[in-house]
Amino acid sequence: MSFRIASSPHNHSQQHTSILMRKVALACIPGIAAQCYFFGYGVLIQLLLAVITAWASEALILHWRGKPVLIRLKDHSALLTAVLLAVAIPPFAPWWIIVLGTAFAIIVVKQLYGGLGHNLFNPAMAAYVLLLISFPQQMTSWLPPQSLQAQQQHLLDPVCTVFTDFSCAGYSLTQQKTDVDGMTMATPLDTLKTDLAAGRTVSESHQHKIFAAIGGIGWNWVNLAFLAGGLWLLQQKIIQWRIPLALLGSLALCSLLAYLIDADRNGSPLFHLFSGGTMLAAFFIATDPVSASTTERGRLVYGALIGLLIFVIRRFGGYPDAVAFAVMLANLAVPLIDYYTRPRTYGHRPKGAH
Amino acid sequence: MFNYKEIMQQGLWQNNPGLVQLLGLCPLLATSSTLTNALGLGLATMLVLMSTNLMVSLIRHQVPNEIRIPVFVMVIAAVVTAIEQLMHAYTYALYQSLGIFIPLIVTNCIVIGRAEAFASKNAVLPAIVDGLMMGLGFTAVLASLGAVREVLGQGTLFDGADALLGSWATVLRVELYQSDSHFLLAILPPGAFMVLGCLIAAKNAIDLRHKKRRQQVKTITRARVTHSAGAETATGGN
Repeated sequence: MSFRIASSPHNHSQQHTSILMRKVALACIPGIAAQCYFFGYGVLIQLLLAVITAWASEALILHWRGKPVLIRLKDHSALLTAVLLAVAIPPFAPWWIIVLGTAFAIIVVKQLYGGLGHNLFNPAMAAYVLLLISFPQQMTSWLPPQSLQAQQQHLLDPVCTVFTDFSCAGYSLTQQKTDVDGMTMATPLDTLKTDLAAGRTVSESHQHKIFAAIGGIGWNWVNLAFLAGGLWLLQQKIIQWRIPLALLGSLALCSLLAYLIDADRNGSPLFHLFSGGTMLAAFFIATDPVSASTTERGRLVYGALIGLLIFVIRRFGGYPDAVAFAVMLANLAVPLIDYYTRPRTYGHRPKGAH
Repeated sequence: MFNYKEIMQQGLWQNNPGLVQLLGLCPLLATSSTLTNALGLGLATMLVLMSTNLMVSLIRHQVPNEIRIPVFVMVIAAVVTAIEQLMHAYTYALYQSLGIFIPLIVTNCIVIGRAEAFASKNAVLPAIVDGLMMGLGFTAVLASLGAVREVLGQGTLFDGADALLGSWATVLRVELYQSDSHFLLAILPPGAFMVLGCLIAAKNAIDLRHKKRRQQVKTITRARVTHSAGAETATGGN
């Protein structure tokens, strides 16, 4: 018979890893629903493929490493990685994209670094970067929102496109991307970037149909839905306010400054906040407890750094969106941030005081 | 009598410049995008290593200890320049595709490392054999890295082999699979780091397995001895 002596703090939070992960995954539901509504249900197929791949590769590598498989699978961390990657990639990307990405996220980024709690990088974002630089064409083929599509979507089109690269009627993805005016559509961020590079101003670029709403048709609602999910997570105390607020605040501040200096060459702050993957990054990706900073002041710095990087890469970089790159670069800076923001131990003098 | 088997083992496996010493990473990662490029640079490095080891070993008694490093570097620079001119003359296409990495062999740490650590302390013949084995070990790592990256990134093997071996070598080109979307990461620098990491892990795994097997053999022989130290501690624990 043994008495277990637990060390302080004795005030025990009932949030187990599995409950935490499950709630974060549940909070993605509004965002997934919005994506389904505006871009077709391709995202559900990606989700299914991602979850199956994640569980299979997690089980396989845990078996190789001689670790208990079922207990680790039940902590739902693999599920969450799969969900985050599936909502980040284009819904009509070929099936092998998501399978390759999820397997890489679980096997290389998470398990080769030592499993849950040891990974330096956010697995979903590292996999996204791998896919983006390896297969740029497939990873940037977002369909226009359904209201702008020239071809009427057939009920089975998402299935056909994901598995055969062609819609059921035989249209290629490029043809499906064509809008009612016969122009190939890209994401709002991509459109703006291309137009600015071609020497047009922001207001000229906003003549495109996709800019009928702030952030782009569909994209604003997807971002609002992720914002709603994120606020629920805050209310449930799954995540803290520091990282999301710092991220959104620094992105808004940077884009506001740029917008005030030159409104013709910079998107408005609202455009930056409600387009691309901003809200997903702020509430679901940057708040990953493993790869984010662990101190309170550090989290503010970490969030602000991601916001700054998102703005810099979107504005000056070669890729239209920057969430994955920004999060990975900030992940690299985490040990440094943690080192300089260590909280004062109780009873010790603050640094510099004698 | 010098132990040539030991030199061979050191160069090819136990002290492999690519996998264990991790020397010369710059050319290792930059030129291993195809098997042909990798082989070309590997062979060039091997030639340089053998020649510099030979020369350094020959002059080792004449060179004052204080200025040995500058002298070695000048020997190496001379040899590399000669090799570069030879490649310029006879394998022009390869010379162009390897570019700056041929003259950069001068700065390859393996070359100065072997000159300092081995050739300057040993006789001529062992020094040449050491250069050959270190060069072979480096070439083997470079070639396997190049082969993996080429297969992943382009789906071919020995693409452009004629640049290294002459026009007959076009028959060596193997097309393993045809794809519209290549795995670009394998050709880009991060892919090189990842494949190299996997190679090092594979080498360590093989070493570990060998070690375990040897230990197992040992414990079996010990178990047959009655009243061994191990048996006593086992009973003493009760």
